[in-house]
Amino acid sequence: MSLEFKPGRMVDPKRAVRFGALRVAEYRFYAMSKWMTSVLVFGLGNPILYLISVGLGIGALVDANTGGGGILGVPYIQFVAPALLASAAIQGVMDEVTFPTMDGFVWDKLFFAINATSVSARQIADGVMIVALGRGLFTTVMYLGVLLAFGAVPLSSVLPLLLTSMLAGWGWASVMLAITARLERDEGYFALIGRFVIAPMFLFSGTFYPLEQMPIFLQPLGWISPLWHSVQLGRHLSYGMELADGMFLVHLAYLAIMGIVGMRFVYPKFKERLSR
Amino acid sequence: MSKNTERESVIRARSLTKKYKDFVAVDGIDFDVYRGESFGLLGPNGAGKSTTMKMITSVSQRTSGELTILGKEPNDQGPEIRAHLGVVPQKDMLDRELKVWENLVTYGRYFGLPRKWLKTKVEELLEFAQLTDKRNEKADDLSGGMQRRLAIARGLINEPEILLLDEPTTGLDPQARHILWDRLFRLKEQGVTLVLTTHYMDEAEQLCDRIIVMDKGKIMAEGSPAELIRDYSSREVVELRFGTDKNEGVAKQLEGKGDRIELLPDRILLYTDKGEALLTSILDSGLHPVTSLVRRSSLEDVFLRLTGRTLVD
Repeated sequence: MSLEFKPGRMVDPKRAVRFGALRVAEYRFYAMSKWMTSVLVFGLGNPILYLISVGLGIGALVDANTGGGGILGVPYIQFVAPALLASAAIQGVMDEVTFPTMDGFVWDKLFFAINATSVSARQIADGVMIVALGRGLFTTVMYLGVLLAFGAVPLSSVLPLLLTSMLAGWGWASVMLAITARLERDEGYFALIGRFVIAPMFLFSGTFYPLEQMPIFLQPLGWISPLWHSVQLGRHLSYGMELADGMFLVHLAYLAIMGIVGMRFVYPKFKERLSR
Repeated sequence: MSKNTERESVIRARSLTKKYKDFVAVDGIDFDVYRGESFGLLGPNGAGKSTTMKMITSVSQRTSGELTILGKEPNDQGPEIRAHLGVVPQKDMLDRELKVWENLVTYGRYFGLPRKWLKTKVEELLEFAQLTDKRNEKADDLSGGMQRRLAIARGLINEPEILLLDEPTTGLDPQARHILWDRLFRLKEQGVTLVLTTHYMDEAEQLCDRIIVMDKGKIMAEGSPAELIRDYSSREVVELRFGTDKNEGVAKQLEGKGDRIELLPDRILLYTDKGEALLTSILDSGLHPVTSLVRRSSLEDVFLRLTGRTLVD
């Protein structure tokens, strides 16, 4: 068989430059589908284990000691559910903005190969973000399903909770992508982030108890955390926790600003690195 | 050169310059690449070849000068230009986790090519790259030569007008290089314009219709391999080795023999049109080199003449 070749006829440049981000995402989802089983097992296993240990275990203790009153008038499992959901979104996006980005720029340099096609640097960044959000959405939906089964969230709050959790996921993913795009090599940085950023964020964002329980000088740790803002929104939307005047919008705005500002740094850095 | 002026220029560079802070990587170069030809950028590492390639790929923006690729402006039409370019990077940058055929299909998708069309195209390219029986292996499990062929097949998935190859055979064994040269030659027959960088003179001689010799960001000479050798070197070269510590002393005695003499650390080169005759006269004069060799002049000699240095240090 000889090569049939019509140089420059096959690709329509106007068509090729469109939807590049979706094509980057398509490729990544395809690669991901190869380990779909483990994605599913972790996606479903994680929330079940968390709800059994925290929701039921700690919850039983808390509810017993408050005479059945729970925290702030709701059973512990309902109190903790929106927090688990938001942290699921944040952890879901995390893996997809860090490792594939290092792979793209440093390890296998796949982004350079992609950028040699009609896909632009900005489209590659958007593609990474689409995949991260997809992965976050998947993890969050798994959690939501389990939470519903445990009766931890009312059915009517499912959609609003999904939105606020994903907003936190986007804000976080965007900032992490901006940081990862700046790394010239991996010097144990991800382990550091896991230990000194993610773990404390999980503990100091009013996840397991109201932030107000903290001494005032520790509370700012929660204020800067996207998790806390999402948790506040989630508690308001799921069981109607009161928010101070205007705070609903403040929480939404904080997460949105994180996302927008993060991407502002992401695009030029992607372009600069790929031009080297 | 006059025949070229009638041909269509697909890449046109005028005073093309790229600076990184204080370092000038490409220093105001002028060249044209014509449709269907095979064009080489020859020079040592750091000559500015790869930087020039990155500007042609429209991922790296020039600092000044003019550059037109397929009639388009790379500064704001990069993705449109790349729709018709095939790029084979120096490091293959394959997805090592994906199978051979998957590497080709996913790449084709970046150009928005339909899956159905890709299905047959991929088989065709696998055959061309002699990788059909490796189609279901992971890219990571291929040999270096096969990975390079896969990278070339990948660069052809969009049926490009221009195929850019950065150091295509660096790191390959001689047999793998010859297979690759054969494949590239066939592409040229299909009407694909080839642009390649290399620091191997034999590669440039085998593959290129026209060459620019680059050093320190500048073009030192331009022409076909034969023209360059004719213009900058003699027909033949006598290579003599007297031993590292003796070469310099003997070189003084040889002054005046041949058209030109070059003293290298390990050998003496004498340029002449009649190599055998010159060698005989040297041996008759009572000098006894450890080894001697008469060979044709090559681009290596052109480069030595132009820069006073060898291509590969």
